[in-house]
Amino acid sequence: MTATPAPAASAARAATVRAATGPAHTARIGWERGKLEVKEFLRQRESVVFTLAFPVVLLLLFGAIIGGYQIDGGLTFAQYFVPGILAAGLFGVAFQTLAIQIAIERDKHILKRLRGTPMPPAAYFLGKIIMVLAMVVLESIVLLAIAGELGKVRLPGSVHAWTTFAWVTLLGTAAGALLGIAFSSIPRTGRAAPATITPVALILQFISGVYFVFTTQPHWLQPVGAFFPLKWIAQGYRSVFLPASYAAYEPAKAWELGRTALVLAVWAVGGLLFALRTFRWKTRADE
Amino acid sequence: MAEELAIRVRGLRKVYGAHTAVDALDLDVHRGECFALLGPNGAGKTTTVEILEGYRQRTAGEVEVLGTDPRRPDRDWRARVGIVLQSTGEFEALTVREVVRHFATYYPAPRDPDSVIEAVGLAEKAGARTALLSGGQRRRLDVALGIIGSPQLLFLDEPTTGFDPQARQEFWELIRSLSAEGTTILLTTHYLAEAEALADRVGVIDAGRMIEVATPATLGGRDTAATVVSWDGPDGREQVRTDTPTALVTKLAATFGGEVPGLAVARPSLEETYLSMINTGDPS
Repeated sequence: MTATPAPAASAARAATVRAATGPAHTARIGWERGKLEVKEFLRQRESVVFTLAFPVVLLLLFGAIIGGYQIDGGLTFAQYFVPGILAAGLFGVAFQTLAIQIAIERDKHILKRLRGTPMPPAAYFLGKIIMVLAMVVLESIVLLAIAGELGKVRLPGSVHAWTTFAWVTLLGTAAGALLGIAFSSIPRTGRAAPATITPVALILQFISGVYFVFTTQPHWLQPVGAFFPLKWIAQGYRSVFLPASYAAYEPAKAWELGRTALVLAVWAVGGLLFALRTFRWKTRADE
Repeated sequence: MAEELAIRVRGLRKVYGAHTAVDALDLDVHRGECFALLGPNGAGKTTTVEILEGYRQRTAGEVEVLGTDPRRPDRDWRARVGIVLQSTGEFEALTVREVVRHFATYYPAPRDPDSVIEAVGLAEKAGARTALLSGGQRRRLDVALGIIGSPQLLFLDEPTTGFDPQARQEFWELIRSLSAEGTTILLTTHYLAEAEALADRVGVIDAGRMIEVATPATLGGRDTAATVVSWDGPDGREQVRTDTPTALVTKLAATFGGEVPGLAVARPSLEETYLSMINTGDPS
């Protein structure tokens, strides 16, 4: 411990080196953060198991309870429900898990520590989105494999459908994660975070047509659900996994993929701007 | 970089609601200096340091740190400042090497991660998960992250709390080597011995005010203070405060006809001086 840390940049040299800036630098640091976060997540076995198990349990439970119930158009409810579970799983990880995790990181002064470095703030957000995306992809693979095995889902064969699946996942994850990042500033402490954030996530699931056919909900409630991204993620996934005839059950009698992309992109960009402005790097007690 | 001062503070004031945490505080820290801030809990040390680090906004006063007002810290400035917070970092499932290498990517001119891990004495633990480190080892990891960017100025907020004496000695060696390299260091500590071992100058903060700035040897008039001579007399322990200890000891030697039983000659320790300062609120 007596050795001088070497090679030490001399004070003069350090003074002339400017911290890199710009989108490329932010993207590079964000990628580094994403890799680190994924590594950290995968090493915590319980969180991996619980994250992956949640939508699977949901699928099995709903399948067992009301799965055989036929809905109009020839599908069982369990089949209709699979895209909704995928969407709920995505949103659970992107919004709920992330918002709680960040609130806890804030309590542990992990955010304060990062703020004391030249790390660009957007790189932290990008790293979180990458981590969430990795979780969502893993979760979707497990869920689709099990649902496919049980005959609850018919995997589409067209490139077009999978392209839709990819961009809905990507944009939905970005929108949900940025909403989660913005929301993480609301609970006063990490301990209060689950109690603050879980009900919001649950209510969103109920009003977004995850558990019911969206258009069977009260008319006054539908625009509320349509305001938030989860409804659009679920609708996008239904367009991928349900027969084309089921577009008739959507509010616009169509899948509205263009509007879905627009809504999710607006949420992602809006969430980013909002998070950059309001994000708290310190606890309230530490102001 | 013409200015000689790494830190210049004039009339710093910080008010939380009705409570004034820091008031009319002045502070100069020279480039290359190791400066220790002493003071009881709640005296305003951490508030002051966090204002200098750019974490807290001040109510009033002028502050310059490396020639920049830390009110709105930019990335260049962040890259030149290293921070070791009072709280210890938690990185759970990641290894020491992964964390240090990752933090190195934030900086434009980082030190070599493996050399830094070696320098803080964690070479044997480089591949270990941070959750498995002892408290002292985690603190060394904090320091590694504080110096990885090769900072010109390093803030250390109570860095050795919870260290055993051996670890503290090793830690001091590390800080001395950083100081010898020219890194300016602002240290807050509860350990008077730490300030004495490391600091070129110390400042004592009490109730939000700087009550004295001096070298460790001269703080509170320590160098000229009365010396306490004590010995075992026929009727028990005796103690005399004197400005002429040598004359007194000579006289005692004559009285006892040689060795004086239990003789001790002591100037007030830094700790005693410090305690008398913060108890009276005024240097004695």
